[in-house]
Amino acid sequence: MIRYIVKRVLLMIPTLLSVAVLVFFLMRVVPGDIVELRFAGESSFAQKESLDKERARLGLDQPMWKQFASWMGGILRFDFGTSMWTGASILEEVRLRFALSLQLAIMATFIAVLLAIPLGVLAALKQDTWVDYVVRIFSIAGLATPSFWLGIMFILGLLIVFHWLPPMVYTPFWQNPIQNLAQLIWPALAVGYRYSAVATRMTRSAMLEVLREDYIRTARAKGLWQQLILSRHALKNAMLPVLTIIALEFAFLMGGLVVHALKNAMLPVLTVIALEFAFLMGGLVVTEQVFNLNGLGLLFVEAVAHRDYTLTQALVLLVAFVFIFVNFMVDLAYAWIDPRIRLR
Amino acid sequence: MLRRFLLLATAVLIGAAVPAAAQEKPRYGGELVFVVPSSPPSYDAHREETFGTIHPIAPHYNTLLRTDPTDKTGAKVVPDLAESWTISKDGRTYTLKLRHGVKFHDGSEFTSKDAKASYDKIVNPPAGVASNRKGEYVDVEAIQAPDPYTVVFRLKYPSASFLNSLASPWNWIYKADILAKDMRWYEQNVMGTGPFLFVEHVKGSHWVGKKNPNYWDKGKPYLDGYRAIFMTDSAAQVAAIRGERAMIQFRGFSPVERDTLVNALGPKITVQESAWNCVILVALNHEKKPFDDRRVRKALTLALDRYQGSTALSKIAIVKEVGGVQVPGTKFATPAADLEKLSGYGHDINKARAEARRLLKEAGVPDGFSFVYKNRGIPMPYEPLGVWLIDQWRQIGLNVRQEVIEAAKYYSELRGGNFEAAADFQCGYTVDPDLDLYKFESKDVSPSNYSRYVDRTLDELYEKQGRATDAEERKKYIREFERRLLDEEVHYIYTLQWHRIVPHSSRVHGWTITPSHYLNQQLDTVWLSE
Repeated sequence: MIRYIVKRVLLMIPTLLSVAVLVFFLMRVVPGDIVELRFAGESSFAQKESLDKERARLGLDQPMWKQFASWMGGILRFDFGTSMWTGASILEEVRLRFALSLQLAIMATFIAVLLAIPLGVLAALKQDTWVDYVVRIFSIAGLATPSFWLGIMFILGLLIVFHWLPPMVYTPFWQNPIQNLAQLIWPALAVGYRYSAVATRMTRSAMLEVLREDYIRTARAKGLWQQLILSRHALKNAMLPVLTIIALEFAFLMGGLVVHALKNAMLPVLTVIALEFAFLMGGLVVTEQVFNLNGLGLLFVEAVAHRDYTLTQALVLLVAFVFIFVNFMVDLAYAWIDPRIRLR
Repeated sequence: MLRRFLLLATAVLIGAAVPAAAQEKPRYGGELVFVVPSSPPSYDAHREETFGTIHPIAPHYNTLLRTDPTDKTGAKVVPDLAESWTISKDGRTYTLKLRHGVKFHDGSEFTSKDAKASYDKIVNPPAGVASNRKGEYVDVEAIQAPDPYTVVFRLKYPSASFLNSLASPWNWIYKADILAKDMRWYEQNVMGTGPFLFVEHVKGSHWVGKKNPNYWDKGKPYLDGYRAIFMTDSAAQVAAIRGERAMIQFRGFSPVERDTLVNALGPKITVQESAWNCVILVALNHEKKPFDDRRVRKALTLALDRYQGSTALSKIAIVKEVGGVQVPGTKFATPAADLEKLSGYGHDINKARAEARRLLKEAGVPDGFSFVYKNRGIPMPYEPLGVWLIDQWRQIGLNVRQEVIEAAKYYSELRGGNFEAAADFQCGYTVDPDLDLYKFESKDVSPSNYSRYVDRTLDELYEKQGRATDAEERKKYIREFERRLLDEEVHYIYTLQWHRIVPHSSRVHGWTITPSHYLNQQLDTVWLSE
């Protein structure tokens, strides 16, 4: 098992390195210039001399290979540099948003799991009855409803019915749990509902498949208690694909908006790769906007929109790391749930 | 419908009476919560361009002069850290007497050394420090501090706008000793003489300030503090005001958003409106055919029914007033009767469009000629205005395709001349001809002349109006400039002036709307009723 873990950890390094190279060079071929955007935006007086001075200060006048070497050198020392837009440390920029994004991802995942597993199992057990149809309609509605739209409905409903709006500034949970939950429960519900829809459908189909397996028939034939068959034999085996979905969705939630960012930056190759995840990730960014959440998603959008190379690069690396790490954890969970995987 | 109209009319009338309300006895206490639709890139206004820096941070600072916070025109200059000023007879020396007893937030005293160091940073920044405003002060020959309470600006030539420049909301006064140690310290730190002390900034979330108990203007500020909340989404901003989580968003809302708030909050909301010193222009690339032909350019402006456009677009977008090169109703603006004489500003649109077709034919432009209009990828008001322009040009037989350019790429396209016709933008911190007309000088003078022409007559007129010390003489040159720019040569097309709408909680007093969203942000005069 330890060999397996070490091998997987070592495999992360070339993957992250490839992401770093790709994002560095793709960001630089995208049209647009942070200096022009910042200084020539609304000013008639921006002189070329001032713009050149700023480019030099940011190191953008250096050859690309030098910029890359300097960036990689920093990463090796765990120094991600400063944001070109705000001048603040990138670690600080990320730290400020990370707690909120992590909490939102955990809450949405919790809500999704809480809804998806019982509903999925129930729908499988009551296949083709009215219960199954209700669960299927509920989950299809979840798939069809963008979470930001649901967020807007929550806000309008709260405003119109209760004349109340969730707090607009994030308060850490340990400082004021009520204030914290009053802000985050609504986006967590909006995102969690959609997320649960995917997991419900996956649970249902996995359960249906497992329930038809020989070992379940055998368990039933020998008169094992139905609850035991479900929990120990059926559910555990049906959980592999569900776990994958939950883990991936969690990674998307943490990563925020890769697709939006990449689309905005017109990075066609990565966009195509990421397109299949577009709906969910796009949904989270807009959800952050709707609820004014100071999360990683909005930071990502702004970094790309400002052509803030250093911040965008760091965030892409972070998202890549989250994906790789979550996948790694899923593989470990697979190995734990299904010993055959470990043995192979 | 009637109810909606009455509510809106009441809210706007209350808004119109706001300067009068400012005469009421102000109440002390309370925290002003406002929304800022942008975030500050750095804390240093000398180098930034966005109101995202001004709105949350200006309350920590003073400028030498400022615009009168009760004046709706935003052009009346009054003292701030300088209590008085004199101008020499030749118009080249400005002597400012500074206030005594002004303290920085660290307790040190403000003197002319600080004023000089701040302006030196703006006008002659050292190597490695970008000053975006250097170009505005090319007329400054020397800055001197002959004694601790006097600062003298010597100009190379008389400048009619220099007083306005000294009242620029960007020119915060920093502490000389700090600048001497680190010229870039103010990019990440705050320390001024302003009415509020810095408390906290959580990036991307909020900014907090508290009352400066030792503020030099005794009795001010009225507020205990303020909290600026950064919020990019306009629907979230409206919800924040509607849910009474925030009291005001100083930049402005669209007409539809205003109506939503007025309908939802009734008497709890007050609306202030003003012509806005921002305008979308159409840059016509003189280096691309057929836009090098003035007949074609003239046809494009003649096609626009600005008055009908104003009526229709002002219902859905933040544009309204039909204006020339100055905001209508301001000191140097051309009166409506004279404006109508310019091409494209007449009321007989059929006659204008017939003339436009004739000019196109004469220039050899065939019916159905097509070109691309590059628009900036910001929905409000670029999108509705772009659609309107295309429809207007279609009516003289032109087939125009709109290409929306992402905001980050947009200026590269304009600067590179990679367009035929494009949306361009001008937004000034105060209504002043020097600031508003500089853009239109020849391309080798003005880096933001995106129409890419050389017109020495225009350059000469710009110089003459800028150096004219007599207001009437200056007005005459501005009219000539306007006629040449918009009528004779049509180097640029002015569309409609922006219209600023600020609906705010009726509890907010002492704040007056102006044509600029950069002004009146010190918050020293603002107070909250019960």
